[in-house]
Amino acid sequence: MSDQPIIVSASPHVHSDRTSKKLMYDVVIALIPAFLVSLYVFGLQALLVTGVAVLSCLLIEYLIQRYILKSAVTIGDGSALITGLLLAFNLPAGLPVWMIVVGSLVAIGIAKLSFGGLGYNIFNPALVGRVFLLVSFPVQMTLWPTAVENNTTLVDAVTGATTLGLIKEGVQFGQTITELSPQIPSVTSMFLGITTGSIGEMSALALLLGGLYLLYRKVISWHIPVALLGTMALMTGIFWYVDPEHYANPLIHLLSGGAVLGAFFMATDLVTSPVTKKGMVIFAIGIGVITVVIRLFGSYPEGISFAILIMNAFVPLINSYFKPRRFGSKIKVKMV
Amino acid sequence: MTDSILNSVILLTGLGIVAALVLYVVSKKFYVYENPLIAEVEELLPGANCAGCGSPGCRSFAEKLVSSDDIANLFCPVGGNAVMKQVSAALGKEIAEQDPTVAVVRCQGSCEVRPKTSEYQGPRSCAISALIYSGETDCQYGCLGDGDCVVACKFDAMYMDEETGLPVVITDKCTSCGMCVTACPRGIIEMRPKHKRDLKIYVGCLNEEKGGIAKKACSVACIGCSKCLDICPKEAIVMNNNLAYIDPAYCTLCRKCVDVCPTHSIIETNFPPRKVKQEEVPVIKVEPVKPQPDA
Amino acid sequence: MLKTFPKGGIHPPENKLTADTPIKKMPVPRVVYVPISQHIGIPAEIVVEVKQKVEIGQVIARSGGYVSSNIHAPVAGTVTKLDMIVDTTGYKKQCIVIRTDDKNESNYQEPEFPLIPEIAMAPEEILQRIADFGIVGLGGATFPAHVKLHVKADKHLDCLIVNGVECEPYLTADHRLMLEKTDEILVGIRILMRALHIERAIIGIENNKRDAIERFRERNPKGSGIQIAALQVKYPQGGEKQLIRALLGREVPMNGLPLDVGVVVHNVGTVFAIYQAVQHNRPLMERVVTVTGKKLEKPSNFWVKIGTPITDLLAEAGGVPEGTRKIVSGGPMMGKALKSTDVPVTKGTSGILVIPDDEASRGEPRSCIRCGECVDVCPMGLEPHLLMNLTEKSLFEKAAREDILTCIECGSCSYVCPSHRPLLDYIRFGKSITKQLQTKSA
Repeated sequence: MSDQPIIVSASPHVHSDRTSKKLMYDVVIALIPAFLVSLYVFGLQALLVTGVAVLSCLLIEYLIQRYILKSAVTIGDGSALITGLLLAFNLPAGLPVWMIVVGSLVAIGIAKLSFGGLGYNIFNPALVGRVFLLVSFPVQMTLWPTAVENNTTLVDAVTGATTLGLIKEGVQFGQTITELSPQIPSVTSMFLGITTGSIGEMSALALLLGGLYLLYRKVISWHIPVALLGTMALMTGIFWYVDPEHYANPLIHLLSGGAVLGAFFMATDLVTSPVTKKGMVIFAIGIGVITVVIRLFGSYPEGISFAILIMNAFVPLINSYFKPRRFGSKIKVKMV
Repeated sequence: MTDSILNSVILLTGLGIVAALVLYVVSKKFYVYENPLIAEVEELLPGANCAGCGSPGCRSFAEKLVSSDDIANLFCPVGGNAVMKQVSAALGKEIAEQDPTVAVVRCQGSCEVRPKTSEYQGPRSCAISALIYSGETDCQYGCLGDGDCVVACKFDAMYMDEETGLPVVITDKCTSCGMCVTACPRGIIEMRPKHKRDLKIYVGCLNEEKGGIAKKACSVACIGCSKCLDICPKEAIVMNNNLAYIDPAYCTLCRKCVDVCPTHSIIETNFPPRKVKQEEVPVIKVEPVKPQPDA
Repeated sequence: MLKTFPKGGIHPPENKLTADTPIKKMPVPRVVYVPISQHIGIPAEIVVEVKQKVEIGQVIARSGGYVSSNIHAPVAGTVTKLDMIVDTTGYKKQCIVIRTDDKNESNYQEPEFPLIPEIAMAPEEILQRIADFGIVGLGGATFPAHVKLHVKADKHLDCLIVNGVECEPYLTADHRLMLEKTDEILVGIRILMRALHIERAIIGIENNKRDAIERFRERNPKGSGIQIAALQVKYPQGGEKQLIRALLGREVPMNGLPLDVGVVVHNVGTVFAIYQAVQHNRPLMERVVTVTGKKLEKPSNFWVKIGTPITDLLAEAGGVPEGTRKIVSGGPMMGKALKSTDVPVTKGTSGILVIPDDEASRGEPRSCIRCGECVDVCPMGLEPHLLMNLTEKSLFEKAAREDILTCIECGSCSYVCPSHRPLLDYIRFGKSITKQLQTKSA
């Protein structure tokens, strides 16, 4: 016997060794490859943006919980760290520091803590921060520094449009895809990440690696990424097949504009996605459709952030409509 | 420019008129008659919606009061006799006066006198821990200490004493709605008459075990020794399953039982200090108690 | 591909420390404490008096109603007290205390039980014998066996399932019994098949007990109608509904019984007890108990007399190890934590698990991150996170609409919850309140 009194609690008396903290740190690990790519192409700028975003998210969460909410401080659980990382991943390198801090404030303060903290937020905090910055500072937020291989500088004068931005603008001004094609980076460079865009969306390869790690660790299930990317491919494929001169091919859509980042890291956020597999598929299809609609017919070249936020709002509804089948309900008794 | 202003004014006014017409017609068409007395009675009731009367809220209690012919068995514990008198006047029905009561906690098993022999891990709720086992101490009748009664109290009349780990009733705030009584899975809390100056004498224990076992679990437990029973001049004390109970209907608050109780399990409240020189009996610690023969 | 049930389930570490430890006879205890409510249903009524001498196997408490069971004296001796004792529910319950008569040889000289394969009894006699001899479900639920075997005329029964799954981690009582009493269990199955007038029986065994599966296959005579099925290892396959689904593909309807799909399920331990009762006139007086734990000196399987204090069992297994913080009666998934070791072994005690300090405490609960793990693992297709939420807010009617009552309390949800939320604690509470509300309104 021990000196301390014996413990009595209800069953079960064993627990799996998975904890929410471990889940969060798995996500962080999965983000590392994409971060390394961004370091490679954007250099210290990427480090600066990511560092500021992460630190300000942690600090803001600490300050608000400590001094305003006067509740337990939970910065150790890794969720604020992820919010910071994902926010940075959705920002262009070279964004002014104060804007990043504003974005973190919106992400943590408004989108997360004002809803009750981890587990209670309806919208993905990082995306709320990003979209807030996008609509408030449209110019700075779309000033994309061009990727330079093996970049080590802090200053980057050369800026360019993203692939999707190029196509959108070009098509609007009456150009065809064939005419634009010299400016569109090759699929390989898009896949590897030598392209233009926000910090984390560069390399589909690195993101896929991270995504596969999450799948392997069972942090996420395949349903959301597959259904989301599948829907996007199918829809853009149809348009491309009908009119290849005005609509870009599905590969371009999948490899740019944060589609992979969104599909594996943003839409799969545990808190803001449905709980059942059926619900996840519906949710992901919804995101896919809205993204494609925004990309092809809206005023923004990219649309996955908006699409995810819109579908986030439907999660409670999806949860209450797409329930697992109860054991023993709706069955025909089969007799041998 | 003028046109657009004019247009919108006309449109909005038109909309307003149509909406008003619809509302008027609907309210006339679907008008439901309701006894105006119900609203009147509801106005008299405290409006706490505590369900202490047995109805889910003051509104439904008012309906019940108006619709029943005999309301003598209906009583609003929060409003007390004063409110019931007003209700009686408004409705012209007889009511029965009731003595004001107050909640008392019949357990003195603080951390000090009732040592913990196990540690409960799980949701801090008496109802949930009571499902699993008999509690952290060896007494399976006493307070579980997780404060379901405090949560149930809608009048802020209860709090958990951090030192003793037991709930405390703030008698001035207690409306005797009885929510704590139903919330307690152990049935520790009882509504007892609030005498003048809130004088009360009651047995602060519910342990039905034999003396020795009860005493071992908690040093202030009722051991069923029947000393109080013998000394009580009014036969107000009943002994059942090794446990004394003081019936408030017969108790005259003479305090004799308090003096004889060897384990100090009978509680007196708000009495002036005794004038007669008393030998202070120190709290007995491990004095072996002879188990009394079964009652 | 081995069979299993399709929805939900988990794979906790098996920790079957005693799988190769033969069952030992526990020495006859000096005193036994026999509770009168060892089964689900009405407690039995005491029919002995203090100071009365009782013989081994004598009825000391008679069945108190239809869903109840007789209780027999596990030892010959003298009734010393009718006392209250804490049982596995955590509350004091009535029990009969018998002091073993150490001069009475029947206590120490175990009769030999040679295998009797021929079944002489008529079906009605068998059912009566099972009811009289106090047989209850030994898998843990302790449902009186004769009630389960009573098939109403409007039900069509075609298959007996024998539950040898033992999906709880640590426990090996059924495993050892299957290995050591293979033939007896096979005869027991035939007894049940005869009593139920059916031609088909399946023994379901999880594939981590290969030796038991093989031994059954070896000993099972051709044309017996008994089929031995190996199952994938997955918790909670030992749940009646999950087992039927896994073996026959039939789903017991919601709020229904196995009989609704033509099946009766019995645990291997129960089948062995039935064999003993029918062929050897032995009432249920002892059972196999696994005493186990990582720090325990001698984890073992014991034949234990009903009423033996758990203290004695632990002493026999090398004593309670230093640093023990939790003692569980049953397996780690569904067992009950005990407050003291004075609790006696009852008909439902399948194991005693001793948990050391570092594994005894629960994790600090954090807020739900809606990961949906609990929904994925729930074998009943429920949403535990939602049920906990509704119960927490006292929305019991809503919880009832979300089918809270179909929860089998397997604990898979609490096991996987990465936020350590006490899901099952709340669901169990919600169930009890919902049941109360329903009986009130009925």
